[in-house]
Amino acid sequence: MTAREHILGDIRRALRRAAGHPPLETAPLSTPALRIPLTDRNLYAELFGQKFENLGGKFIRVRDTAAVVPAVADLLVQKSAVASNAPFLRKCGITGLPQVHAAFTDREELKAACAAADIGITSVDYALAATGTFVMLSSHNEARLISLLPPAHIAIIPRSRILANLDELLSIVPRPADQTSSMVLITGPSRTADIEQILVRGVHGPGEVYAILVDQE
Amino acid sequence: MNAPETEIQQAVDDPRLQLAIYTATRRLIDHRAGVVNAEVLPYYQDLRNEANAIKKHTIENLDYYLEQLESNVIAHGGNVVFCRTGAEAADFVLDLAKKRGVHMLVKSKSMTSEEIHFNERLEAHQLEAVETDLGEYILQLAHQRPYHIVAPALHLTRYDVADVFTKELGAENEVVIEKQTKFARGVLRQKFLEAEIGVSGANFLIADSGAIVVVENEGNARLSTSAPKVHIAIAGIEKLIPRAQDLAVFLNLLGRSATGQPLTSYTSFLSGPRRAGEIDGPDEFYLLLLDNGRTKLLADPEKRQSLYCIRCGACLNHCPVYRKIGGHNYPWVYSGPIGAIITPQFHGITEDTWLPFASSLCGACAEVCPVKIEIPKLLIKLREEVTEVKRRQQSGDVERFAFRLFAWIATHPKIYLMLASLGSLFFPLVPRIGPLKKWASQRALPEPAHQSFHQWWASRRGSE
Repeated sequence: MTAREHILGDIRRALRRAAGHPPLETAPLSTPALRIPLTDRNLYAELFGQKFENLGGKFIRVRDTAAVVPAVADLLVQKSAVASNAPFLRKCGITGLPQVHAAFTDREELKAACAAADIGITSVDYALAATGTFVMLSSHNEARLISLLPPAHIAIIPRSRILANLDELLSIVPRPADQTSSMVLITGPSRTADIEQILVRGVHGPGEVYAILVDQE
Repeated sequence: MNAPETEIQQAVDDPRLQLAIYTATRRLIDHRAGVVNAEVLPYYQDLRNEANAIKKHTIENLDYYLEQLESNVIAHGGNVVFCRTGAEAADFVLDLAKKRGVHMLVKSKSMTSEEIHFNERLEAHQLEAVETDLGEYILQLAHQRPYHIVAPALHLTRYDVADVFTKELGAENEVVIEKQTKFARGVLRQKFLEAEIGVSGANFLIADSGAIVVVENEGNARLSTSAPKVHIAIAGIEKLIPRAQDLAVFLNLLGRSATGQPLTSYTSFLSGPRRAGEIDGPDEFYLLLLDNGRTKLLADPEKRQSLYCIRCGACLNHCPVYRKIGGHNYPWVYSGPIGAIITPQFHGITEDTWLPFASSLCGACAEVCPVKIEIPKLLIKLREEVTEVKRRQQSGDVERFAFRLFAWIATHPKIYLMLASLGSLFFPLVPRIGPLKKWASQRALPEPAHQSFHQWWASRRGSE
């Protein structure tokens, strides 16, 4: 008998259940309780900004895509950056900046570039207003390491991508695994309080995080 | 095992340690209180009820959801390995490392791996497992086990950390916490970039998605699961929830209950290796599903609720016993009230018989538990079992004799009255009587009433 058969057999004996039977009751599970507040969507951007700054992030709001490059250029002085393949970054003109390395398709090359860069630049799939969170789904557009290895992360967010909260995200993406191997929620900078409960930002992930919100796409 | 009295006394007598435990747990208590109160989270109690109902349903149909999880992991290109014991889990990892020619792996924080002595098992075969959570890394260097489920190194000061880094890594003596953190980041960054295998735990297993969810603040779990070519996740079989959408309940509770964060810095939802077109992520994914005594616990319909635990640590922070004796005086990796109920069930009721009694039954743990485990009720049930075992072993005679004597006195009013008046006379001596000394040293005893109830009643009737 394999370990699998042993364990499933032990479980069935303990629960007095026969193999292959679906649950008898589905009561607590028939409708997952998703709680989406009925706030005015126009307030999401402001709320997101507040929550994000409370976490120690820097929130920058710009009128349109043309204003993104000047805002990013300010942050890139004397620094090197890696940008993701997100079409929105190209639309904003980020990939044209001289310090920005982009268009990676190979894992090892991307890893080496991210390990050496000062800043990672990405877009987001969604942002959550209630918690100041970036939601990123791994794909050919967005890699996992760009928002993780460099000591600073800049996310460029189209305003239409802001959702109310986690519950709304799960109503729009009820099964993330259908789309990607990795969906990560990023809520503020990397942090620890492991030594004497003193908060330190930037342990393994970025200690500095910037959100550039673009009102008109 | 008897309670480690000397060690407990040392912890209680150590003012620095007492202050460290007190301030750390106080801070966690305050942070939690700030994010679960009715003003900011009006549906907090509903969330707890839903979490309890979902966990109950999942545990009672565990085989069904495990098979669903398994087929979905495989559908996404991952592998599932069932492990009855810690040894089986370690053997699988050792074997895989050998096949890949790997001598070092990086690891994010996982209580399940602590439970099975994962690192020691690998190191016995010259496979180095590097802890990458800052607190766990310090403890690994200092050869200690976690002091707390979510704040593993809360008993150490910056000076202790400086000594550990100097002694174990030859670092310069550095006592500024930011600089210590930066130093550790540098050392561990190299490990992340070199490692071919990354190991993580899982806070949740999602049956309908074949996915794991890992919750953290530092980014080391993201690195462990994304930078190496192979990702191995180790999780207890009880970590299951049926659907990704159920995370709306559990993620809204976990961070709030643990550290007072509505969401922690990083929540990773991971299913299988990287897909076609994805630029990075692991090529191989293995999910190790661990039993290690959990199926035994399932058999008792009342006690199986201890498998609902999501390891937030709130019961530790709020426990007057944990806050006094600290984490290392509990006999297993799981400390505090949750440790007191699961340790005897995993290790057998005859081991550590003192554990179910190390509680004032004040109920603070049950009040803060996000999945509503009835911890005090289970403690009483375990006390009953311990007492039953002792009775069968013919021990505990003194206690039985004492209760029989009391029963006899209480049913003989004249003798009861006489002894009661004698008792109040000698009551102030209680704190000096041998076995009561310790009990009384932590309590302020009330003054005995000047007049007993019987005396008062008699005088009242006389005055009418």
